[in-house]
Amino acid sequence: MNTTPVLQLKGINKIFPSVHALKDVDFSLRAGEIHALLGENGAGKSTLIKVMTGVYQRDGGDILLEGNPIFPNNTGDAQDLGISTVYQEVNLLPNLTVAQNIYLGREPRRFGLINWKKVNQDAAQLLKGYDLHIDVTLPLSHYSIAVQQLIAIARGVDMSAKVLILDEPTASLDADEVQSLFRIMRDLKARGIGIVFVTHFLDQVYAVCDRITILRSAELVGEFVAANLSRTELIGHMLGKELAELGEHKAQTNENRDEALLTLQGLGRNATLSAVDLQVCKGEVVGLAGLLGSGRTELCRLIFGVDKKHTGTVTFNGKAVNFSSPRDAIDAGMGLCPEDRKHDGILGQLSIRENMILARQIKQGWWKFISRKEQEEIANQYVKELSIATSDIEKPIEQLSGGNQQKVILARWLAANPSLLILDEPTRGIDIGAHAEIIRLIRKLCDQGLALVVASSELEELVAFSSKVIVLRDRNKVAELEGNDINPQRIMQAIAAS
Amino acid sequence: MFNPKFIPLAVTCALFFVLFGIGAIQFDGFGSSRVFFNLLSDNAFLIIAAVGMTFVILSGGIDLSVGAVIALTGVICSVLISKYQWHPLVVFPVVLIGGTAFGAIMGAIIHYYKMQPFIVTLAGMFFARGLASVISEESIPIEHEFYNQVAEFGFMLPGDAWIGTSTIICLLVLFVAIIIAHYTRFGGRVYAVGGDANSAALMGIPLAQTTIRIYAISAFLATLAGIVYSFYTFSGYSLAAVGVELDAIAAVVIGGTLLTGGYGYMFGTLMGVLIMGVVQTYISFDGTLSSWWTKIVIGLLLFCFIALQQLLVRGKPR
Repeated sequence: MNTTPVLQLKGINKIFPSVHALKDVDFSLRAGEIHALLGENGAGKSTLIKVMTGVYQRDGGDILLEGNPIFPNNTGDAQDLGISTVYQEVNLLPNLTVAQNIYLGREPRRFGLINWKKVNQDAAQLLKGYDLHIDVTLPLSHYSIAVQQLIAIARGVDMSAKVLILDEPTASLDADEVQSLFRIMRDLKARGIGIVFVTHFLDQVYAVCDRITILRSAELVGEFVAANLSRTELIGHMLGKELAELGEHKAQTNENRDEALLTLQGLGRNATLSAVDLQVCKGEVVGLAGLLGSGRTELCRLIFGVDKKHTGTVTFNGKAVNFSSPRDAIDAGMGLCPEDRKHDGILGQLSIRENMILARQIKQGWWKFISRKEQEEIANQYVKELSIATSDIEKPIEQLSGGNQQKVILARWLAANPSLLILDEPTRGIDIGAHAEIIRLIRKLCDQGLALVVASSELEELVAFSSKVIVLRDRNKVAELEGNDINPQRIMQAIAAS
Repeated sequence: MFNPKFIPLAVTCALFFVLFGIGAIQFDGFGSSRVFFNLLSDNAFLIIAAVGMTFVILSGGIDLSVGAVIALTGVICSVLISKYQWHPLVVFPVVLIGGTAFGAIMGAIIHYYKMQPFIVTLAGMFFARGLASVISEESIPIEHEFYNQVAEFGFMLPGDAWIGTSTIICLLVLFVAIIIAHYTRFGGRVYAVGGDANSAALMGIPLAQTTIRIYAISAFLATLAGIVYSFYTFSGYSLAAVGVELDAIAAVVIGGTLLTGGYGYMFGTLMGVLIMGVVQTYISFDGTLSSWWTKIVIGLLLFCFIALQQLLVRGKPR
C-alpha cells in the first residue's frame, strides 16, 4: 500500500454562529485504502466532509491534495480536483436518464452540440465495469436505490476521482446489495482510489475498512488501524466512555399474555403482503424482523390503515375493525412512528410543543381547542419524562438531533394515550447514545402496559426488547419466535434459510 | 419500445390533429394549409413568449412578467420610433438588451435572495406594466416605412398560405430553442435544476448562472414577442397583452411540460399554442358561439392535462 497520503487535512476549524463544529481536526487518507470516518451524530463527521467537498469553507487549517494545498469553493471545484461524494439519499436527478446523470455538465460534444449517441454508449460501457447491465436511456427513477447508488459511484469515479467519499451509502440497502457495494469498493481500492466511508453500521466498518478515524464532540479522538481496534474500544471511543454500557437484556415473559389486544388473521394486500397472522398482547413488544423490502413497513402501514387491506380481519380491543384511514386507527387508540422521520414524521418548521400535541388534537377533533397552558404542560411533561435535550419547547423540531426528534414523535403519540404503538425503524440514523435511550424507553413503555409493534433491521435491538419476534421474508411471514428462540442467530437463520 | 416519457407529448400532438380533423370535416376550408399557417402567424408572439416560459417552467420556476414586458416593449418601441425618430433596427437591439437585463435581474434576485419566482416576477410584472403606463397611457401609433416593409415581407405557399415575418421569426426561435434545450449542456442544466436543485448543485451545476440565464432568456423572448406583437398592431399600448403570461403558461402545460419542473419538451409548447389556436379558429368558423368559449375549452383542456400529469407521476415505479 502506498503510504503517502492522497488527501490530508491539518488542524481544520469550522465555526458556525452558534457552534464550534470542528476543533483542530486532522485527517489523512492514503491512496488505495478504505478509511472509516466514525462518530455520533453531531460529532462533526458531516461538517468535516462538507469542508472536504467545498460545501463549507474552513475557518482554519490546511487541506492538501497530493501534497498541494487546495481551496475548493463548491462541490464543482472539489469534483474538478478529484474529490467526489456519494450521499445516502443519492443526490442524482430522478428526471434525467441514467446516461445524462453520469455525464451531466461534461457531455461529449460534436460541433458544439451534445452527442447523445456517444453519451449513451459511454455510459453503458462505464456501467459494465460495475457489473450493471441496464438500459441507460431510461430515467434514473426507474431503478432501485442500490442501482442509483452504484450509478452515483460510477459517475464520481469517472470524473477522475482520486478521493471518493461515501456518506452512509448502505443505510437503505439490503444485505446482498451491501455485499455488491463492498465488492466494488474493494475494486476501486485496488485501483488506487482513496475511499472515505461514513456509516452507522460497525459490522460494515470491520468488513471493509483498513483504518478508522473517530470524531467526538467536534474533536479528533484518533486514528486507528481497524484490525487492532476491538469493537468495545471503538464504541468506547465514540461514546467517550471507557466501556460502553450495552447491557444485555433478557426478554421478559409477560404475565398478561392471554389478554390479546390486536389480532390479525390473514391480513394481506395484493402485491405488497401475503396473509399474516399475528397476536399482540397488552404490555408486549412484538418485533418485526426482515430485510429491507421484506414487508415490514408494509405490515405496519396495513395495521395502521395507511394502505387498505385486501384480505383478512383485524381485531383490536376485542372488536373487529376495518380502518379506512390512519384517522380511524388513531381514534381506536393506535399510533405509528413512520420509518422516514423527516418526510412522514416531523413537521420541521413547527415547534416541539406543536409537534407533540398533534395526535391528541386529532383525536379530540379539531374544534376542541387545547389551551396554551395545557399544551405547555404536556410538552414540558414529556420533555422531562423522555429526557429530550432542548432548552426550549418552542424551538423548531428540525433543529433537534435525530434521536431527540424521534422522542418528540414518541411523545406525540403518548400524549394521545394509545393502547398500541407501532414503531417502524425507530432507531434509524440515530447515534449510539440516543439509540440506547430509545431502547430503554421502549422497555419502559412496555412495562407501563403499552403494547408495541417494532420493526427493525438491527437484530441486537430486537433481541433486547421483544417478547415475540415475527420474521418476514419476501412479503411473507416465515417465522414466529418466542422465549429462548429470540437470539440473533435464530432470527438470522429465519431470515436467510428457506 | 415506446418510452413512457413521451406520453404527454404524444397526447398533445394527437389532440391537435383530432381537433384540426374535426374542424376540417365540419367546415369547408378549415382543413387547409392556409388555416394552419394562419395559426402560426396569428400566434407567433405567443409561441415566442411560451418558448421562454418553457425554459422557466422546465427549471421549476414561473415568469409572470411576460405580458407586461410585451406591453412595455411596444410602448418603448413606439415612443422611440414615432417620437424620437429612431430607426426600428436601432430600437430593437436596444429594447432586447434592456429586456434581457430585466430578466437577468429578476433571476439574480430569485437566486441570491432565495425568493419565490412567483413573487419576484409578479413584482416585475407590476413594475413593467407601471412603467409602460407612466411613459404613456395612450396608445401610440407606429408610423415607419420599415414596419410596412415588414408587413409586406414573406412568401406564398401552395394553398394560399402566407408565411410572413412573424412566422419566420417564431419558427427560428423554436428551432434554436429546441437545440438549446435538448442538445446543449445549458439545456441539461435547466432540466437538472427542475429535477432537484439541491442535487444539481451537489453535482456541480452552477445554480446562480443557470437561474439568471433562464430568466434572462425568458425576458429576452418576451421582449422579442413584444416586437412581433407591434408588427400586428402598428402601435404600442400600455394595456396591451394583459394575461398573455397565463396563456403562455397554459400552452406550456397543455404541451406536456410538468409544472413542477424537470419534464417536458420544447416542441410540445408549439403544439400547446396550436391547440389553443385551433380551438379559437373553430369557434370563429362556427360563428354562433361567443369567443369566450375558447377560454372555457382551454380551461377544461388544462384541467385534463394536469390530471393526466398527476396520473403519470403517480404511476411511476418508486
